[in-house]
Amino acid sequence: MSFLLSCPFCGPRPVDEFAFFGEVTKRPSGSPTLRELTEYVYFRDNVAGVQREWWQHRTGCGEWFLAERDTRTNEVMAVSVPETVRERQ
Amino acid sequence: MRLPAQQRERIDRTRPVSFSFAGWRIDGFEGDTLGSAAFAAGKRVFSRSFKYHRPRGLLCCSGHCPNCLMTVDGVPNVRVCVEPIREGAIVVPQNVRWSVDFDFLSVVDKVGGPFTPVGFYYRTMIRPRRLWPLYEKVLRNLAGLGRIDEKAGHSRRYDVEHRRARVLVVGGGQAGRAAALAAATRGPGVVLVDEGHRLHGAELEDVEVLAPARALGIWEGNLVAVDAGTVLYRFRAERIVVAAGALDQQLVFPGNDLVGVMLPNGIRRLVRDFSIRPGSRAVVVAADDRGLEAAEDLREAGIRVPRVVDLRDVRLRGLEAQGRKGRVRRVVLDGDEIDCDLLVASAGRQPSYALLAQAGARVEYEPSLGVFVPAGLPAGVEAVGTVTGEGLATADPLSAYDGRGKSFVCVCEDVTTKDMKRAIAEGFDSIELAKRYTTVTMGPCQGKLCHLPSIRLYAHERRAYEAAIGTTTARPPSAPVELGLLAGRELTPARRTSIHFRHEEAGAQMMWAGPWKRPYAYGEKPEDEVRAVHESLGVIDVSTLGKLLVEGPEAAALLERLYPNRFADLKPGRIRYGVLTTDGGRIMDDGTVARLSEDLYYVTTTSTGADAVTAWFEWWNAVWGFEAAIVNVTGALAAVNVAGPRAREALQRLTEADLSAEEFRYLDAQEIEVAGVPCLALRIGFVGELGYELHFPSPAGEYLWDRLVAEGARPFGLEPQRVLRLEKGHVIVGQDTDSESNLLSAGMSWLPKLDKDDFVGKFAVEHFVDREERERLVGFTMEEDVVPAEGAQVVIEGRPAGRVTSARRSEAVGSVIGLAWLPPDRAEDGTRFEIRVDRRRLGARVTHGPFFDPAGERMRS
Repeated sequence: MSFLLSCPFCGPRPVDEFAFFGEVTKRPSGSPTLRELTEYVYFRDNVAGVQREWWQHRTGCGEWFLAERDTRTNEVMAVSVPETVRERQ
Repeated sequence: MRLPAQQRERIDRTRPVSFSFAGWRIDGFEGDTLGSAAFAAGKRVFSRSFKYHRPRGLLCCSGHCPNCLMTVDGVPNVRVCVEPIREGAIVVPQNVRWSVDFDFLSVVDKVGGPFTPVGFYYRTMIRPRRLWPLYEKVLRNLAGLGRIDEKAGHSRRYDVEHRRARVLVVGGGQAGRAAALAAATRGPGVVLVDEGHRLHGAELEDVEVLAPARALGIWEGNLVAVDAGTVLYRFRAERIVVAAGALDQQLVFPGNDLVGVMLPNGIRRLVRDFSIRPGSRAVVVAADDRGLEAAEDLREAGIRVPRVVDLRDVRLRGLEAQGRKGRVRRVVLDGDEIDCDLLVASAGRQPSYALLAQAGARVEYEPSLGVFVPAGLPAGVEAVGTVTGEGLATADPLSAYDGRGKSFVCVCEDVTTKDMKRAIAEGFDSIELAKRYTTVTMGPCQGKLCHLPSIRLYAHERRAYEAAIGTTTARPPSAPVELGLLAGRELTPARRTSIHFRHEEAGAQMMWAGPWKRPYAYGEKPEDEVRAVHESLGVIDVSTLGKLLVEGPEAAALLERLYPNRFADLKPGRIRYGVLTTDGGRIMDDGTVARLSEDLYYVTTTSTGADAVTAWFEWWNAVWGFEAAIVNVTGALAAVNVAGPRAREALQRLTEADLSAEEFRYLDAQEIEVAGVPCLALRIGFVGELGYELHFPSPAGEYLWDRLVAEGARPFGLEPQRVLRLEKGHVIVGQDTDSESNLLSAGMSWLPKLDKDDFVGKFAVEHFVDREERERLVGFTMEEDVVPAEGAQVVIEGRPAGRVTSARRSEAVGSVIGLAWLPPDRAEDGTRFEIRVDRRRLGARVTHGPFFDPAGERMRS
């Protein structure tokens, strides 16, 4: 794995500067059932294709951001600064 | 024998260089390679073949074939045909018993024929099974190329260098040089990588040349690894231009591996570059102009060339080389016998597409040329010159010529036409299977010389087209590389606290603690350090603790959501213990949280958790967007814990602040000056005694440490700290807990506040409450004075029922104590169970609450 990833703040950098935090999940609200909780905590779509995922520029600026990446080719289509829960409301 | 001086020659006859070759002194010149100098001195046999131990001599003379692999100054598998000559080098043959000219194991070639068919040891050496260790020992001794000098240690230093290039050109032939020069006119940042010998005399303005060097592979993001001997370059190139050229291919005929059978390019190098007369009578059989040029070179060098066969005009049915003592003496062409000591044989050239194929290019058979060519190049990668098939003559299509004796398809692995045919007959009818079974293309040349012939033979035997046989997968590295270069330098970075050298001076045994080096103990008796803390005063360097500042109008709200317990109601100047959990309920980390003011919190984490906790906080806040900033100040601040009954009195001598129990209460946080150093003092009791944790700027580390030691504080290390913490029953996250533990099972059910709106892990805790508990973490006291190992099995009614996670001998408690996971119905205070220690089962009793000072009077005093 040696592809380049564009940090929204620092630009394209080798992927080993980044930490991967998996695909974007939706945290349940209220009181989820055990099934909903288990799905949120353990189950992932694991798509062979484009997926939205979390990355952090760990050894760079430290910012968290979202990337859309094709898991088959490691082509990164887009990166973005996440909209916070606060901003969505 | 050298020719008279000629203009193009690469050697400098005014600068003699000598070295040792298999015990002989060889005199060559600057500009020679070890191989060319030895050849000029009359040496013809350079190695013995892999399986049959047949003598082998220079074949390609350009660093591709296995024939000149020798051990140079202790480094095995050096291609001496391209290794520059150096004074005093010691070159010895490998894979031989006795000498290259007389190798005992060549008996394999004489009698081994019927006994050493393809895959013979897969079939024969497996029975009887109990003899395998013996077989293995013998085979290991016979097989392999070269030996590593195990006593040599680190003989070379290897480095990695990260580089960028606008255009990276691989290959310094005509096309590569032209591409590099053209790119250089458009700006800087052009790098040319070449094995070296082709660049002689070339002028490359504004091009950075790396030679001798080999590109090992092309990876995503246009990453190219380049082996430059002792430096591994990791190039990021905007454009990659591969101009790897094409290589002469061997003809397959009986005796095609005899010493004296050479490829046209090898002849060219010996005659033109090194001015050597390679023989006295030569026959040339070739399929392209390169063969004719070689014939011309030979004639100019004064060698008689009685016969030149151009396979484009003449179709030969029979071709055979005969020899004596492994050297060619005679060639039989369609029944004509011609005496000679040199046979130049070539089937034409095949593009060196390996690097491109590995980068993702398709490889297709081009019937008009009779070779495989790259097609469909990946983005950012271009190919120029003969590697594309451009300018190549049609290669000789015959798979093999008739005659008597062994015909080698692959000289690296000694695979003959007979072996290949047998593999097909046995059902290994796909080229990928045949590769694995016969090991064809798996030798040092990695298929450069044997890929085309093996596919051609397959197509012939199966009466199929070459295109239908296909190619084998090309994998990196595309050129052989020293493992040391890939391993790089042995660098293990350690984090040291600003007090580190005081510990070393005090004779501490340092140990790894995550990325940190920390004192295990300061002497042979950690128990003395424990006693000092209980009876008088100790000091421990806890600078390794993670330290975070969380500041902002919503800092309280953020922590309230991150921690299961409450922090919004924590008063400024007060401290509370906190445990972090994931949404799955796993215990992540723990530490203390001090509120310094309305909007400012100071959070400590475990020593190994600092980075993960910082990233965790920042991630959740990227999701939520609270108005709070998170700053990791772990490296900026040093920290020491001063603990023991004398802590107040000793520290009071160094500060004007009032440390009385009324003014500085248990779990108070105050900013005070200690010996003139501004400190954040946290009154906590994690080792069970009256204690103050001082956090202060790192540069003052040694100074403050010295002042505290001067006040009588005895330094203590991690081992005594383990004992002290265990005496209080404190859980160490990651030691006593694992991914299956949760707040309830780890005995911290008092901690989560389920009436809060939300916190990370709340869902999980709510479900844990309903779920049947599987196991529980409890303290235990051993009945005997034996310390069970961490991980020791808990046995109940003869069955495994749990495990020990911590155990230490405590002088203060007067017995061996520990923590263990037990079934909930056996976790009542006083319940007896057994622990397996070696072959014995020893009794232990569940002990609830802290082992030492259960009421906590000492730390609160």
